[in-house]
Amino acid sequence: MIGSLDLATLQKLWWLLGSVVGSLFLFLTFVQGGQTLIWQLGKNETEKSLIINSIGRKWELTFTTLVLFGGALFAAFPKFYATSFGGAYWVWIAILFTFIVQAVSFEYRKKPENLFGPTVYEAFLFINGVVGILLIGTAVGTFFTGSNFVLNEYNLVKWTTPWRGLEAAQNIFNVSLGIFLVLNARVLGALYLLNNIDFSGMDAFKTRTRNAVLSNFVASLPFLLIVLIGLLTMDGFNIDPATGIVSMMPFKYLKNLIEMPIVLIILLTGLGLVIFAVYSARFQNKDSGIWFAGLGTVLVGLAVFFTAGYNHTPFYPSKADLQSSLTIFNASSSHYTLTAMTYVALIIPVVLAYIAYVWKQMDSKKLKAQELEGPEASENY
Amino acid sequence: MLEQIDLSTVNWARAQFALTAMYHWLFVPLTLGLTFLCAFFETIYVKTGKEEWKELTKFWMKLFGINFAIGVATGIILEFEFGTNWANYSWMVGDIFGAPLAIEGIVAFFLEATFFAVMFFGWNRVSKGFHLLSTWMVAIGSNLSALWILVANGWMQFPTGMAFNPDTARFEMQNFFDVVLSPYAISKFTHATTSGFALSSFFVIAISSYYLARRRHVKMAKRSIAVASVFGLIASLMVAFTGDEAAFIDGKHQPMKLAAMEGLWDGQKNAPVVAFGIVNGMKEPGDFQDPFVVEFKIPGLLSLLANRQAGSFVPGINDLVFGNKDYNITGVTDMIKKGKRAVKYLAEYKAAKKAGDLTKASNALALFNQYKDFLGYGHLDSPKEAVPPVSITFYSFHIMAAVGTGMIIIFLLYLFFTAKGTIERNTWLYPIGILFFVLAYIAGEAGWVVAEVGRQPWAIQGLLPVKVARTDIAPVNVKLTFFMFLITFTLLLIAEVKIMLKQIQIGPKEVK
Repeated sequence: MIGSLDLATLQKLWWLLGSVVGSLFLFLTFVQGGQTLIWQLGKNETEKSLIINSIGRKWELTFTTLVLFGGALFAAFPKFYATSFGGAYWVWIAILFTFIVQAVSFEYRKKPENLFGPTVYEAFLFINGVVGILLIGTAVGTFFTGSNFVLNEYNLVKWTTPWRGLEAAQNIFNVSLGIFLVLNARVLGALYLLNNIDFSGMDAFKTRTRNAVLSNFVASLPFLLIVLIGLLTMDGFNIDPATGIVSMMPFKYLKNLIEMPIVLIILLTGLGLVIFAVYSARFQNKDSGIWFAGLGTVLVGLAVFFTAGYNHTPFYPSKADLQSSLTIFNASSSHYTLTAMTYVALIIPVVLAYIAYVWKQMDSKKLKAQELEGPEASENY
Repeated sequence: MLEQIDLSTVNWARAQFALTAMYHWLFVPLTLGLTFLCAFFETIYVKTGKEEWKELTKFWMKLFGINFAIGVATGIILEFEFGTNWANYSWMVGDIFGAPLAIEGIVAFFLEATFFAVMFFGWNRVSKGFHLLSTWMVAIGSNLSALWILVANGWMQFPTGMAFNPDTARFEMQNFFDVVLSPYAISKFTHATTSGFALSSFFVIAISSYYLARRRHVKMAKRSIAVASVFGLIASLMVAFTGDEAAFIDGKHQPMKLAAMEGLWDGQKNAPVVAFGIVNGMKEPGDFQDPFVVEFKIPGLLSLLANRQAGSFVPGINDLVFGNKDYNITGVTDMIKKGKRAVKYLAEYKAAKKAGDLTKASNALALFNQYKDFLGYGHLDSPKEAVPPVSITFYSFHIMAAVGTGMIIIFLLYLFFTAKGTIERNTWLYPIGILFFVLAYIAGEAGWVVAEVGRQPWAIQGLLPVKVARTDIAPVNVKLTFFMFLITFTLLLIAEVKIMLKQIQIGPKEVK
């Protein structure tokens, strides 16, 4: 069956798969959110250790999902990989840099003779949580606001500003999306901690965590508003399906949502789930909010990626030269490669199944402060 | 294809790739082997139920974890570097090269990432059996990730299963299995992973020897050596066997690399291996200088290595540059001429297509198709460019081969004295064991130098030179990131080594 899919179907399918991986990554940024809450919520060493060990058992999953997002885009849309990574050079380098320092920080923070001392490693985690996610959001923002590049007749990229991608940070829409993702990650982080840690005997810590859910959500609202209003009112990039010519179109993304009502429903459901999660955590003292907010974040992510790539919309538009804009049709791999990759993708449900199984096995018992003390203490983060 | 070629950007990008790859390879081989050793140790624990084996497993796992973290940190850069520094490459071969990278993520990285947490934090959360399974999954996951990235690297050495599409101006995959099962993919995977197993075995042997010398943790050290010397011996024999295979396929598909490895300038029958030599670094193609200042040769051995046929002809650098009619070898000089035509006709095809002149376009395409196999050579300016740095390749190869041979002997000695029960008395062996741990690192890095420097100027052998593969970016950017990575990785390496030494000093928990 896979062998008989036509190219356009495969291109749409791979944009869907990429969107799923990207959206799952956004959910898993509860790790990064948690990293930015270490100092705020952890008032003593035990509390700090609980936070770090709680999210520390998931950091690699988030990291790996980001790597897969990159790998999947490389395989399915190599022109995007080449254009964006090579073009918006400094944005990606800065993002990667925060993930380099994250990768060692959980493991090295408490180990003796670690060269920098624990505070520096905690700062690395903080930087990854704030700067890393902020820039990822800013980069995703350019899917709507456009970038500055030209492709030559050999499809090779030339960036037209010396800032190599950093210029995206001048755009209030891009930056607001970035800040929203940081604050949303903090909401997710606090919700994850509520669900994962055994707070018995630490009421003040638990209250602080519950309050963080609401305060970060409230703080995120103005940025969410800017993003939503911006998205619904801005001129967008449109592909003429008959000629393939890209031009600017007023209210393009609003039109996308109206013309793809399922995406609108996904978006509203996602936002509703996040709001419900925050409400239940703060006002109903429930600890299961992470699942609702997690699913909500995935849905919002999907709506964002679908709006960017479907319905005759170039997902990586160029402001400098509209006709250089990347669409899921002109940026993809060949029919053969997409088909081969689709066979490989059949294994994804198996991967998701064992991740879910292990997650359940590991988290069925909540993390207790006692586990981090005593003779086994040195075996933890 | 590119209006201006800025050599300094490409050189900084090459330096950055060398830097990040060599740093990454400080951590990867240990991950590849130590995880299997941990799995062996834990299997013995589960089989015997003895707490001593559990503590032994936990000790080596702790060292594994410290190493693993920095391996991850250096690894992410390598993947994205293809995009940041080699954007043209990413477009021109992404249709083939992207797939193994994505598969690596799907089938391998998630195994590692998921089961890593169980391995370290699951001792009291999951059953004994599931914990053991998790450790094995991390071992298999790490090695699967090596498989896919080495499939990708193998394809760069020996591009196969693809064709050039003039409309998109890129290479496109035609046969997935040709890519995955290419002799280079198999050779790279087996040679690199088994060398990692050997290095990891020396890691365990070196630390255990240190404990024996200090009369600490004697029982644990002896047990560790017993397992590691068996694993190491098997691995090092495999390294030798797969290394021979690597040289054989180089002879077939990368003869220039093989000639540089042995400093062979003029091809000959019954070609020798230079057991020891000092290379004349000034020598250039076509001149009459001696290739060596000093040399000690073993006649006929290179013919055997390259062709598995005594007395057979092995082409030298000069034959490959200028051609050799007697042996039907087309020289680089000739291929550049044809390549220039391919570049020209491709440009004509593109221009005609843009102008809508279909007749002209189809004529240009027909001409292009005659010369398309030489497209990569069309970007070279002189035949000299096709010759890799001979000295670096030669010395790296010889260091690697010498250490590789020595490894087998040292593993044999450790195994012999362990079997005899006299390993504690033969203290003279300990410093040699520790020395070989360091040498194994040098050999592993040297091996990558042979593989990568030995195929310069190519990013993709014969198809895409590095100067075309690079990103169009001002050199200052790449220079800056080079130093960013140099400083960061060096500091993290210092932190890693300090943490590691401290943990070794603390040692495993003794079971009373």
